[in-house]
This record gives sequence, C-alpha cells and structure tokens, in this order.
Amino acid sequence: MEHFFSLFVRSIFVDNMIFAFFLGMCSYLAVSKTVKTSLGLGIAVTFVLLITVPVDYLLQTKVLAEGALIEGVDLTFLAFILFIAVIAAMVQLVEMVVEKFSPSLYAALGIFLPLIAVNCAIMGASLFMQQRINMEPNSTQFIGGVGDCVAYALGSGIGWTLAIVGLAAIREKMAYSDVPKPLQGLGITFITVGLMAMAFMCFSGLKL
Amino acid sequence: MGKLFSKENGEVFKSPLNLNNPVAVQVLGICSALAVTAQLKPAIVMGLSVTVITAFSNVIISLLRKTIPNRIRIIVQLVVVAALVTIVSNILKAYVYDVSVQLSVYVGLIITNCILMGRLEAFAMMNGPWESFLDGIANGLGYAAVLVIVGFVREFFGFGSLFGFQIIPDSWLLDNGGGYLHNGMMTMPAMALILVGCIIWAHRAYNKDKVQ
Repeated sequence: MEHFFSLFVRSIFVDNMIFAFFLGMCSYLAVSKTVKTSLGLGIAVTFVLLITVPVDYLLQTKVLAEGALIEGVDLTFLAFILFIAVIAAMVQLVEMVVEKFSPSLYAALGIFLPLIAVNCAIMGASLFMQQRINMEPNSTQFIGGVGDCVAYALGSGIGWTLAIVGLAAIREKMAYSDVPKPLQGLGITFITVGLMAMAFMCFSGLKL
Repeated sequence: MGKLFSKENGEVFKSPLNLNNPVAVQVLGICSALAVTAQLKPAIVMGLSVTVITAFSNVIISLLRKTIPNRIRIIVQLVVVAALVTIVSNILKAYVYDVSVQLSVYVGLIITNCILMGRLEAFAMMNGPWESFLDGIANGLGYAAVLVIVGFVREFFGFGSLFGFQIIPDSWLLDNGGGYLHNGMMTMPAMALILVGCIIWAHRAYNKDKVQ
C-alpha cells in the first residue's frame, strides 16, 4: 500500500512527465491555449494511460520477456512495434466507446482524441515501465505488478494534466502582457515552461 | 541527373534547414530535442538517427502511398516507423552502447516523434520517393542542427567540456584557486526549455519578414 502511494505521488511531482522528461510536449504546447480544452485532453491522456500501461506490462512479462513464451527465446526487440500497436488499437477503442456513450465529450475533444496515439507521454510511460521492471525491488520507482502499473499510470496522467492546466492558465493571463514581438507565442511559452520546470525541481528532494 | 537536382528539389532541401525548420518554426519533435541535449555526443547521435529514420520512412511510405487505404494509413505509417526504429535501436546498442544507454527510452520515442508523422502525412503521401528522401534528410538535419546548438551550449557551460573532452582547465575552478564555476543549472531540464525558447526568439527576430 505504501509503495502504491509513493509511486503515485512521485510520478505526479518528482518524475513529472512534462517537467522531468519532456514527454508529450507537442500537444502540450499546441493545446494549452484555454483551460477547458486542456483539462479535457489531460483527462483523455490519463484514461488512455490507465489502459495501455497495464496491458503493455502484461505483454512485456507474459509474452516478450526472455523465456516467457518459449524457453530461451527473448522477444524484447519486438517491444516497440507491439507497444505502439496496443496504443493505436486502444485509442481507436476509446474513441469508439466515447463516441457511442458520450457524444458531448467526443465533440469537445475533437481531433485530440485520435492524436493521443502519437503522444510521446503514452509511449514513454510504457517504455519507462519496461525499464522499471528491472530495477531493485526496494527502489521507490520499481514496478512489479499490475497494481503498481495502475498507480504509475494514474500518477503520470494526473501530473501531465496538472502541467497542461497550469500552463493554460498562465497563457490565458499572458494575453494581457506586453511581450517583445519575436518572442510572442512560442518563444515566451517555452521560457514559461522552463520557469515552471524550475519550480517543480524543488520537489526532487521529496523523500517518501 | 538534371531532374534529380532541379531547382524545386533544391528548395525542398533548403527550406527545412532554415525558414521552415522543424523545431524552431513548426515546433515538432520537441520532446527528444530537450531531453537528450545535456551533452553533445548523444545529441549528435540522436540527430543522425532521426535523419536516417525520417529519410527512409519517407521513401517507404512514398513508394506505398498509392496502395495504402486512407482509413488505416496512420497504423501503416506507425508500423513502418516502428520497424525502422527497432533496427536503428539495435544498431546503436551494438556499436555505441554507452550512448544508447544515455539515450535510454528516447530512442524508442522516435516512433512518436512528431517530425516523422508530420513529414509522412504532409509530404511523403503526396510526392515521389526521391523528393521524399531529400525532404526527410533535410528535416532530419534541420532538427539535428538545433540539437547540436543546444547540446553545445549546455555541455560547454554545464560541464566545461565538449564531446567529453575538458575544454575549461581544472585549474580555473574555484576549488583549485581559480575564479570559475560550472553552471550547474545548464545540466538541469529547465534550462533546455529556456535555451530552445531563446533560439526561437533569435530565429524569429532574424527572419521576421519571411516567417509569418
């Protein structure tokens, strides 16, 4: 229980997807213009993460790992293709389910829902999970079961949502400030994210 | 030969290097551009890997473009890219193991690099193999150029070295009686963002008439 909690809190603040690993930057910068849409995208990303990380964990341990399927055969070189296929299929499935049961949410998310398939945060979470399986079992970052995967995916998703909503709120306010012309738009957004990342660095000493 | 190096193809090659730079102007492929640039060597390896993968996935998709059904094109593109990334990742593991450990998950994340999907969708689906090859190489090099600039600044000021060789002598350091300190901030992720922000600023200020 304690491990779930520390994994969850660490992946929100310390191992934040945006500020520590820069994952999912493309949609992070493109969609963070208003708080409302960025919140919707954050929830969609969290939802897809919650499905794909445990599924990829099962694939990794039950199919790809050395000796899991056939004795003495290591299939980990197939990981990239399998993971991306799972992610693309899951995104398609989520899209169909959302369209069927909640047309209003579907309309609100629009083009961003299919684009989650190529969001680096989703693929990155699966690849980090693959690395963390091989860590020391008493490390706070260790992932050793489906439960750990769920805690990690939920934490990463919430961390990503927190980052995008924060940036969107700052950008809404920034519309009123006097920024030099060539710096307007992207340039100032990068510098803002840099300052936010610096603020998040103070969590790196967090002991759990 | 005349057709292969015509004026239009020259334009295809030149524009991503400056006016249409994938990182500075189109803001694609930012994730890896920020994460691998703490030192120069991984930045160059990453830039070259992306160049090779963009060029060859562009050629493959451009050859297949008339046979791919429109509805499943994203999945086909992802599979082609994932196969190429698997090959490159294994080559890196075999020949430059230390860099491949430093790059860790970011080699796998080339699959979801927006430059690749952007070029496949916007260029390779509509143009022939040779143009697509040039376009892929040029976009990869434009991306690599930004990586090299950021990697240079971060390694020089953060560690006082380039490619791992010490440039600023140890005797200058404060501990050894000199007056110099490495800027530890440069090795942190936050500085990468601010540096890319400054590159975009400089690029736009310099080309302000040409870029909308």
